[in-house]
Amino acid sequence: MSRRRMRKLSTQLEQVKREAPAGALPLVALWHKARVNRAAVSRLAVYPSLVVIFGVFALALRNRGFLSTLNLLNIASQAAPIAIMAVGAVFVLSAGEIDLSIGAVVAVSALSTASVLQDHGLLLGLAAGAAVGIGTGFLSGALVTRLRVPSFLVTLAMMEIATGVARRIHDLQSVSVTNTAFLRWFGSGQIGQLSGVVVWAAAVAAIGAVVYRHTRFGAHVRAVGDSRRAAASGGINVARVRIAVFTISGATAALAGILYAGRIQAAQYTLGTNDLFTVIAAVIIGGTSLFGGSGSVLGAVVGALLLATLNNGLILFGLNVAEQTIALGLIILAAVIIGLREQGE
Amino acid sequence: MRDTTTSAATVDGAAQAPSVLRLAGIHKHFGGLHALDDVSLELRKAEVTALVGDNGAGKSTLMKVIAGVHPPDEGEIWLDGEQVSFNDPRGSRAHGVEVVYQDLALVESQEIFMNMFLGRELRNRFGLLDKRRMKAQTQQILSELDIRIHSAATTVRNLSGGQRQGIAIGRATHWARQLVLMDEPTAALGVQETAKVERTIVRLRERGLSVLIVSHNLDQVFRVADRVYVLRRGRIVGERSIAQTTGDEVVAMITGSQTVAGAA
Repeated sequence: MSRRRMRKLSTQLEQVKREAPAGALPLVALWHKARVNRAAVSRLAVYPSLVVIFGVFALALRNRGFLSTLNLLNIASQAAPIAIMAVGAVFVLSAGEIDLSIGAVVAVSALSTASVLQDHGLLLGLAAGAAVGIGTGFLSGALVTRLRVPSFLVTLAMMEIATGVARRIHDLQSVSVTNTAFLRWFGSGQIGQLSGVVVWAAAVAAIGAVVYRHTRFGAHVRAVGDSRRAAASGGINVARVRIAVFTISGATAALAGILYAGRIQAAQYTLGTNDLFTVIAAVIIGGTSLFGGSGSVLGAVVGALLLATLNNGLILFGLNVAEQTIALGLIILAAVIIGLREQGE
Repeated sequence: MRDTTTSAATVDGAAQAPSVLRLAGIHKHFGGLHALDDVSLELRKAEVTALVGDNGAGKSTLMKVIAGVHPPDEGEIWLDGEQVSFNDPRGSRAHGVEVVYQDLALVESQEIFMNMFLGRELRNRFGLLDKRRMKAQTQQILSELDIRIHSAATTVRNLSGGQRQGIAIGRATHWARQLVLMDEPTAALGVQETAKVERTIVRLRERGLSVLIVSHNLDQVFRVADRVYVLRRGRIVGERSIAQTTGDEVVAMITGSQTVAGAA
């Protein structure tokens, strides 16, 4: 926002203050705060955006079942795995890093869980999938901090390796999942009308939001992303924080993979293929800085919801897959440009 | 010049305050550069010591060695009678040493109170950040130091240079129990703000803390310091009590235009 525009808004605010009834003042103050604070603008923009897009679709697509319970639940289920990974990505980006391996880790985790599950039961199956994600994340973090290689290079390599492993594990064959306990917890199980995956996402989002904003660890992640030097001289163990965010990211990718396997009752190497872009887009749209230091877990989750809504609406409009992909790419490009303009100087 | 490595306190007897920090034979290399060459110095309790020297003399490096940012290649560091070795700033902080870095080391995207408690955030009984308590304590610290900022919840990015300096100094003075290191604390400040920082330094001395200040401003050195060390090309070339030296003599030592008797 330009200085001229800020001044203009301040004068507007003074005027509104004089004319507004006393009770409206906190609202006005909030509005003003959002207007003058760039970071706040990009952090808050996702909420009205979702409302507007939802409203437009609700009107335009009202005869095509957009507002049906089934469709809305469908949107939530589609957004859920993206939201889970987005929570991890908020931590990674806030620490000034990036994890490009999440999409590939999804497939390896799903395949690991599915194959171990059949012979060794629920717990070992889950442990296998989780170990893949956590292990990959930890390894990325350790390489980034020990070898001082930029994270995009390390995780790009990790992505390649994981993609290869996913194809190698079962020679491109899919592994079916029949374990009933697993499917109840991570698949078709429901709480009321909500599918289990949505409940998982809500839990991850709630925990992530509290950790991000209200714990020392969350504060340290943001401090490291803002200035590694300042964080280190403040006595923060910078290397440990950086390794931790990659580990969290790997863990969220593993959970997403496990939930995908539960949903389609099978695991295959194609799972998560296109998720990396969607996750990063959700996080940026949700107001997390691409340069580290600040972000919002809730914003990223709403960003995931927004992208799922867009995708769903475009399908209902009758766009084919190719057209949807183009439209989604354009929308994300626009959103990222707007987000960066608000964040940058 | 007196040999400062053999504890000056024993030489001068009871007239000297006890030693807080003693460096003995510190060497630091960066690649081929001999940044610190056999540096020995001693800081005494409740004294302000100035460290002066030309650009590149090794002043900031020496500060970072004491702070634990750059562990020395050789030599001993004694703090409060105990030999110590730090691999990072956590070690020196645990011994009551605080640093005001030249770049201030503030987290710009976080609030003042989070910076004040950076790395030692308070937690409530649920283990979550106790923002209310940190805010209240920060507000108190700010008003004690006469730093006028209306809210401790202001983001550092929105502060002026002088206010930021105030936060960095306030943080160091609040947490220090032994020694405050200040690297060019007033280089970017106006006259009034500089006076405020100098008053803070005097108050630290009154509280019984030691201060080591790097400064290019010799007037300032003579206003606030009790003792001055001169660094040139990584070596200590002189140590003087402020009461027994002159600006001309210090300048001569800095530039090397005069051979100082007994210098290393």
